[in-house]
Amino acid sequence: MAAFASALRILPSPPPSPAAYPQQRRLLRSREQRQGFRPRRHSKVMAYYGLTTPPYKLDALEPYISKRTVELHWGKHHQDYVDGLNNQLATSMFYGYTLEELIKEAYNNGNPLPEYNNAAQVWNHHFFWESMQPEGGGSPVGGKSLYAQPYHFWGLAGFGLSPIINLDLWEHAYYLDYKDDRRTYVTNFIDHLVSWDTVTLRMMRAEAFVNLGEPNIPVA
Amino acid sequence: MALRTLASRKTLAAASAAARPLASAAASRGVTTVSLPDLPYDYGALEPAISGEIMRLHHSKHHATYVANYNKALEQLDSAVSKGDAPAVVHLQSAIKFNGGGHVNHSIFWNNLKPISEGGGEPPHGKLGWAIDEDFGSFEALVKKMNAEGAALQGSGWVWLALDKEAKKLSVETTANQDPLVTKGANLVPLLGIDVWEHAYYLQYKNVRPDYLSNIWKVMNWKYAGEVYENAAP
Repeated sequence: MAAFASALRILPSPPPSPAAYPQQRRLLRSREQRQGFRPRRHSKVMAYYGLTTPPYKLDALEPYISKRTVELHWGKHHQDYVDGLNNQLATSMFYGYTLEELIKEAYNNGNPLPEYNNAAQVWNHHFFWESMQPEGGGSPVGGKSLYAQPYHFWGLAGFGLSPIINLDLWEHAYYLDYKDDRRTYVTNFIDHLVSWDTVTLRMMRAEAFVNLGEPNIPVA
Repeated sequence: MALRTLASRKTLAAASAAARPLASAAASRGVTTVSLPDLPYDYGALEPAISGEIMRLHHSKHHATYVANYNKALEQLDSAVSKGDAPAVVHLQSAIKFNGGGHVNHSIFWNNLKPISEGGGEPPHGKLGWAIDEDFGSFEALVKKMNAEGAALQGSGWVWLALDKEAKKLSVETTANQDPLVTKGANLVPLLGIDVWEHAYYLQYKNVRPDYLSNIWKVMNWKYAGEVYENAAP
């Protein structure tokens, strides 16, 4: 997904185009394999993850999610996960990986490495902001049945699941606005916030891979 | 020991009115239900360490829901057991663990806290004080360790000061979600528990869990912890 390619900032040069990126990634990994782990102070290029911005203003989801909540949820929680991951990358074998590869590798078949939590949280929160839009919600056109699965999506990705929407049920996502009333938060998300445009795009993309006979649908 | 006391207490003046009709219906079938224990202090009594709004929601909403759902699960379990419906019995286990654990943990938690005016925050003396020095080096070292483990806990859970009553040793443990301390070891007795679910602090401390942790010690009821310790390891 172009959004994630741009999330990987390479300093000081501008981010590469998505088309060029797969080539660069392969080169980076084979150089590391040839020369082994290079201490950071000798590297000329430092690549870290950046915090992507929600595709709407911070108050745009009111009254269903307050500006204050989005400020905290995005500006503190999501930002902290990005910063935490970047701190780990300074000394991690996953330096230079795409976010999706890093999550898959760090998941380590159910025995997650330290980077997994931060990386998965970064991914989940980016996916969440994009799953919503102002004036969203209501019934989708051309209903398809969606399968709801809590929590560890990445553990199930190996079983051929492709995420379409996610809803953050951590208390920080709704407590300021709804206190303990999670039910109303979920109802408002479905009725007023779900971005069916994004859902349609994601489903079309996933179906395109299915139609091509691809055994694995890339997650993003 | 504390759990047995709680489970058999059927106070007629239960704070949760919802539990009462269920309790009487279930009791007629022999299911002993639980009820929401009263707080030993006012909702606002732990300020400024923990706000009155949080205490009110935490006790009258969150804990009350655990009680109601636990009672419902117990009733369903009783029915499933009598019908010999094994799949249903197994299916109910997660609801029992979660809601029962929530009830157990929070009942301990309310006793772990005390208003400053009534002695909250006073460091432990006597046997527990010496045991802490022996097992952690100092009181400050224990607090630092519990704060670190509480802050590092991913997601929702609890951080405990535990006593292994067989080994007669103190330790700091964490449990996930509403798992009670016994899930970490059958011999473990909870002396103190700190709820690090976001609902325990978010309205006041927002995302800054470490501030909540450093402030909660001001209302910690070490006297209660000392009594539990001396009863469990005389």
